[in-house]
Amino acid sequence: MKAYFTRAYTISASHRLHSDALSAEANATTFGKCNNPHGHGHNYRIEVTVGGPVDPETGMTINMAKLDAVVRKEVLDRFDHMNLNLDPMFRERVSTTENLCIGIFDLLHQALEPAKLERVRIEETENNFFEYSGS
Amino acid sequence: MILLTRRATFSASHYYWNPAWSEERNLAVFGRCANRNGHGHNYTLEVTVTGEVDPVTGFVVDLKWLKDVMEREVVDVYDHRHLNLEVPEFAETIPTTENMAIAIWKRLEGPVTAAGGAKLSRVRVYETDDIFAEYRGEA
Repeated sequence: MKAYFTRAYTISASHRLHSDALSAEANATTFGKCNNPHGHGHNYRIEVTVGGPVDPETGMTINMAKLDAVVRKEVLDRFDHMNLNLDPMFRERVSTTENLCIGIFDLLHQALEPAKLERVRIEETENNFFEYSGS
Repeated sequence: MILLTRRATFSASHYYWNPAWSEERNLAVFGRCANRNGHGHNYTLEVTVTGEVDPVTGFVVDLKWLKDVMEREVVDVYDHRHLNLEVPEFAETIPTTENMAIAIWKRLEGPVTAAGGAKLSRVRVYETDDIFAEYRGEA
């Protein structure tokens, strides 16, 4: 039977929403205070959902220790207490949480195989959240 | 079509252990969860049903009825119990969060279907705020 297992992780990071394709005025208008030149930060809550059959021997969809190790290597070590705009992921993409969601999904999708990543959902604040399920 | 979710909580103890394996393998796979003295959680259960809004009542289901079904079928059986030792479906099945979501679905599907009107859509079990499993009735 197919079940879905979700584990949440937290990172703290800074960013600034800014597009080189826009003028200074257009950046200020589009991104508002998120365009503040010195950046700002969030505690991001990242939910990673894996789907698949429940292994009859373990009762598990995925062993959480394996999931933790992959997320630590691919996501936490890379982004926690970092400036997202300086990461290669955001060299040509605005560091919105939509793009962070897609970027993390793509990183984990490969690293978790053969387990099936179903969804990445990120809460930027208690009131803003984003999710991506691939394509 | 509307999705409607009701939440309930219960507290229970459990451990993870596969009797077909050696002690070493159980400890290697399940870590601290394999401690045979057990440990416990405050579980949060979310049950989602789906259906059309009744034009007379404005309900998909009567939430009081759903609450009573969840209490009778799940909370009364699981709350303040040792899942491995006191709940029949876990006598030979490891009470992981995944297996709990499946077992709770099996407990609720019959009563929800028999009532007519709404279908069970999703069972989600939170073991902690940061860990949850869900089952959607898929094979």
